[in-house]
Amino acid sequence: MENQGKKTLVMGVIGADVHAVGNKILQHAFTEAGFEVVNLGVMVAQEEYISAAIESGADAIVVSSLYGQGELDCRGMREKCDEAGLKGIPLLVGGNIVIGKQKFEDVERRFKAMGFDRAFPPGTAPETTIEALRELLHIDGEN
Amino acid sequence: MKTVLLIDFGSTYTKLTAVDIDRECILGTAAAYTTIETDINDGLEAGLKILQSKIGTLDFNECYACSSAAGGLRMITSGLVPDLTGEAARLASLGAGAKVIKVYSFELTEDDVEEIRRIKPDIFLLVGGTDGGNTECILHNAEVLANMKPDFPIVLAGNRSAAKKCQEILSGYEVYVCPNVMPKFGELNIEPAQKQIREIFLNRIIQAKGLSRASELLSDIMMPTPSAVLQAVELLSGGCEDESGIGELVAVDVGGATTDIYSIADGMPEHMNTVYKGLPEPYAKRTVEGDIGMRYSIQGIVDSAGIDRICELSGLSEDVATALIQDLKLNPDKVPENDKEMENLDFALASCAVEEAVTRHAGTISESYTLLGKVLVQEGKNLTNVKNIVVTGGSLIHSQRIYHITENALYSLSNPSSLRPKIVDVWADKTYILAAMGLLSSYYPKTALKIMKKELEYHGHSK
Repeated sequence: MENQGKKTLVMGVIGADVHAVGNKILQHAFTEAGFEVVNLGVMVAQEEYISAAIESGADAIVVSSLYGQGELDCRGMREKCDEAGLKGIPLLVGGNIVIGKQKFEDVERRFKAMGFDRAFPPGTAPETTIEALRELLHIDGEN
Repeated sequence: MKTVLLIDFGSTYTKLTAVDIDRECILGTAAAYTTIETDINDGLEAGLKILQSKIGTLDFNECYACSSAAGGLRMITSGLVPDLTGEAARLASLGAGAKVIKVYSFELTEDDVEEIRRIKPDIFLLVGGTDGGNTECILHNAEVLANMKPDFPIVLAGNRSAAKKCQEILSGYEVYVCPNVMPKFGELNIEPAQKQIREIFLNRIIQAKGLSRASELLSDIMMPTPSAVLQAVELLSGGCEDESGIGELVAVDVGGATTDIYSIADGMPEHMNTVYKGLPEPYAKRTVEGDIGMRYSIQGIVDSAGIDRICELSGLSEDVATALIQDLKLNPDKVPENDKEMENLDFALASCAVEEAVTRHAGTISESYTLLGKVLVQEGKNLTNVKNIVVTGGSLIHSQRIYHITENALYSLSNPSSLRPKIVDVWADKTYILAAMGLLSSYYPKTALKIMKKELEYHGHSK
């Protein structure tokens, strides 16, 4: 089995957001870090993440949002995952996920209340997200 | 003179085409009623007699056949997510020339088992999960199928991590393992499963359907008719060796019960600012509209187009049109001959059938506004740049107004989001030879191509 032991991630940029560059960089970083990556690209609907995660047996979903509407776009995603049988799947979100200057602690609290396991502020290095994924998926050291 | 006989055992007619290989031409064609209930050879012999009366007695060097008799190749598929492996399984089966009776998604239930028993498929295509992905669903479904003691062959083309286990669960039954129809997310690999389906059709179904009695005449090869047509239009589009094809095309076959649409085209977005959504579709794509047909599925046309539109196109009053439609439902064998009213009705029905079926086959484009401006979102194939439409099927090729019927397959300002062809040449398969040429192309591709280019009749260019 070619991806034996590898953890599978589903990633993409949510909503009506077409920022494609960061998406490619993240895909590269996750692949390098040893993950099996299913990249859905830009303008991804919640349902697409979920369908892809079911089919690929994904271990986590990583949502990017760069245009400030992330909070609206992510609403209800945890509930949809529960409904689709992906109970407890780690959900991570990062980018410019809200509009304007807000204290990130508040933003993070709101996203956690929506059922996200981790939320990352603008300018987060890929390594930070990879570290969080390793922790959430109980991966020791090099994957 | 080297001659080949090509036979198409259709649901109603057995169609024969005699070809002179050396001179690369059609010697003659004939048709007789298919006699699948009694002995398939009766209809075949009747057809041969007609053919002989036209071209004299010939000793054919080779003989090949395709068939859609006895219901064609009836398949059931089951996948995981409807839009993903469910759709991949459907595309694979359609491309193999099957009639897809039912598509299941997620785990099969007790009720589904009842339904499968009732349908009695010729082949079951079991898929689900990308390679290394979900295994629970396909294992569960294998278990359900094993419990119902299937008397039909099962093609397994799902998550390879579960293939071995599925095979064990289904041991003792007829199971064929193929590479996954969707090895990675969004990546289709449907050809191996299609090849397997055709092989099973060849080895098993033909006998079960009483077609083997005709086989002593046949040299080799038997395939479902739609598969032969697909092979023909692929060759016509792409060419062979130094003989060029006509380029990307759409083919339309409006039948009595169903309407088949084929597209041989890339169909990916034209512009940089277009985002593609959904599964990438196969270069050679076939769809079948089971509810759109000129006779048995006449109600489907009325439902989708509306009686007003049919009246408008036919110039008939609603009372007359409704009465004629009722009559055709009861007497599906009727053809217009010299009945002007019925001819007008058939013109309207065919126009609506073509419009609806091509619209369903083609992709769509929609505008979406983002903070970075307008973005176009494309789903399915973009056929706007396809330059050829080939029409076949009795109701179209016998019409006096082929071009005007075909116009309904084109891009229209009244439905601008439908990515149908814009400027095309219209070709008609007047001699009804596409399936025969698909068969011939397995052995003499260049000859088949040359004959098609010679025989297809030019019916105009859209502005």
